[in-house]
Amino acid sequence: MARQINVALIGNPNTGKTSVFNRLTGLNQQVGNYPGITVEKKQGVCKLDRGLKAHIIDLPGTYSLNASSLDENVVIELLLNKNDKDFPDVAIVVADVENLKRNLLLFTQIKDLGIPAILAINMADRMKRKAISVDIAALEERLETKVVLVSSRKNEGFDTLKELVINHTTLSTKPCVNASVIAPEYFGRLKKAFPNQDLYKLWLVITQDVNFGKLERGELNTIATFQTESKSNLKRLQQKETIARYQFINGVLKETLTIDTANAKDFRSRLDRILTHKVWGYAIFFGILMLIFQVIFDWSSYPMDFIDSSFASLSEWVKNTLPPGDFTNLLAEGIISGLGGIIIFIPQIAFLFLFIAILEESGYMSRVVFLMDRIMRRFGLSGKSVVPLVSGTACAIPAIMATRNIESWKERLITILVTPFTTCSARLPVYLIIIALVIPEQRVLGIFSLQGLTLMFLYLLGFGAAIFSAWLLNKFLNIRSKTFFVVEMPNYKVPMFKNVAITVIEKTKSFVLGAGKIILAISIILWVLASYGPGDFNNASAIVMQEESSNSLSEEELETKIAAFKLEKSYIGIMGKAIEPAVQPLGYDWKIGIAIVSSFAAREVFVGTLATIYSVGSEEEETIKNRMAAEVNPVLGTPRFNFASGVSLLLFYAFAMQCMSTLAVVKRETNSWKWPMWQLIAMSAIAYVVALGAYQFLK
Amino acid sequence: MLTIAHLKRGQRAIIKSFEVENVPLKLLEMGCLPGNEVMVVQQAPFRDPLYLNINGSHLAIRKETAALIEIELL
Repeated sequence: MARQINVALIGNPNTGKTSVFNRLTGLNQQVGNYPGITVEKKQGVCKLDRGLKAHIIDLPGTYSLNASSLDENVVIELLLNKNDKDFPDVAIVVADVENLKRNLLLFTQIKDLGIPAILAINMADRMKRKAISVDIAALEERLETKVVLVSSRKNEGFDTLKELVINHTTLSTKPCVNASVIAPEYFGRLKKAFPNQDLYKLWLVITQDVNFGKLERGELNTIATFQTESKSNLKRLQQKETIARYQFINGVLKETLTIDTANAKDFRSRLDRILTHKVWGYAIFFGILMLIFQVIFDWSSYPMDFIDSSFASLSEWVKNTLPPGDFTNLLAEGIISGLGGIIIFIPQIAFLFLFIAILEESGYMSRVVFLMDRIMRRFGLSGKSVVPLVSGTACAIPAIMATRNIESWKERLITILVTPFTTCSARLPVYLIIIALVIPEQRVLGIFSLQGLTLMFLYLLGFGAAIFSAWLLNKFLNIRSKTFFVVEMPNYKVPMFKNVAITVIEKTKSFVLGAGKIILAISIILWVLASYGPGDFNNASAIVMQEESSNSLSEEELETKIAAFKLEKSYIGIMGKAIEPAVQPLGYDWKIGIAIVSSFAAREVFVGTLATIYSVGSEEEETIKNRMAAEVNPVLGTPRFNFASGVSLLLFYAFAMQCMSTLAVVKRETNSWKWPMWQLIAMSAIAYVVALGAYQFLK
Repeated sequence: MLTIAHLKRGQRAIIKSFEVENVPLKLLEMGCLPGNEVMVVQQAPFRDPLYLNINGSHLAIRKETAALIEIELL
């Protein structure tokens, strides 16, 4: 087996670390989680010359080795644990050429740990325009390592970088800053107590925030017995350390970096003047949101219709081709119909992830954080809550994880609790199909489609519910916590196609696979429950024929009657009838009731469930939409999905907490079952009451 | 006491001192240290938060934090 070199990719946020990772690994990467925590773990393989391979791990972005969040803690845990199987043979520290000073702070810390560190200065393509020049040879001499200029945009410098990785054993591991200069007396005592340990490593372990006490100390365990300084003294020492590091860095850069400041007034400040403007800034932000929702509805209807009809024909083809029997029925009616109910929504979901990826990649999202902070604070949120709330329109799970960089616990908790109100992509299938059924296809003012506006209203409703409940929670939650708020305003960048594409593919794939598994399981269960039943179920045709003997029905009508009767007497029909009284006041029948109950696992199951139930209940192959449109309320003789029941359903899905994965993530992020349980109870109650009110008012 | 919260847009100053306990470590690491230059790039409505350029780093902080950092005008 070829020897494998473990490489850790480390860097500040916004240095283009991920694009370097993408360049090195191509599509040869896996995204998973660190065991026990929800921090995303990205790793990949890079082929080097001479038959060597590099195993590359893309660590979360961090400004320093002093962790203030779970994500940052991952970096330190790995770098301090020599026994970890991922412990790097060499670290590639990615820096942005325009923020070299700040980026070098982290570099010096890593080098001081005794880990060979290559400095990769990214975005080298910007140097000429910004009139920046770096004396590489001098920088290498001062930092005692190898330095390489790379440009992930132009794919330059990566061969040199790979060559450096191969030769990593020749790199010096001499520290940049001698840790004991921070406080000679204190470090002298430390040295005496632990003569065999690396001083800087000891210092890092001592200063890690108590919140992240899980640090694998191993042999360093005895540190607990060492008398440490008070917390405020430690922080004073950390400030001294930071100053010492910047002194070193300033000295290095004075000799190696030149920037022609005449060129500094640029594109960035001009763009900032508009995008963070007191009036235009907000107008542009809302304009962008509006555009996104119009696009999602208008553009994706074409591929959607295509997928819908393809699945109907596939189902029919399976039925006609395979030998008749239970298995064919299960495949055609259960599995294919159920999966069709989710695959149809790939276009919208991909569009949504695309827009969010572009907003993040371009650096625009930080401007929104800046603009919204003051407003959000009034509701007990932080400007940083905007990111979870906007990305919550894709999926609440990553959105809740994105709350980690909110410094204040109260603001963070409130954000976590209200994020599930935002309209996630799993609600989209339900919204789209109901809107298509009950909202007329008209244009308002000639340009906006009424259906698109309805969808936009539902998104606004989600945001409104989130903001309003945040305000309530802020009033009633009695939590004291310090409010800090520091947000970097990165440079504007034209999003790189490759990065955006990988994000969109990765996220869409995991959405479809994740939902697909649940839907597959639920479809099978539903199909079995709908296809078998006790008592009358088995004599269905005899009973119906006897009942209908006086009416002269055609063969076809009789078949439909039998199928409907069977469905009602099946196991699922019996269960549905049992819950019908609870959902009837909301305007639903037992079939919708079953779909709602099954979608407590995941919202998007709703459409698949109805598709499966209707498919079992009828002989013809049809699209999901046509089937739903054909459903009739037997008492009133009107369509089942009319304006009143449609609006009631839309509102129910807008407020209800129907996602087990979200509850699990909330449990993990808040470390208690208390908060997810509150979420489930409160949101479901609101949903029921609002849907009830809407139906009773509109019917 | 003159602080960052008093700075007008485009005005530049040198950071003089602050009580280290009141200021998050992350801010120090991003370059907010005594002796470094600071400038207000943009301000949100009600001058809060403030978008700063500290020592070449672009970042935004709230007014309440800015009011804790003493400066000297350039």
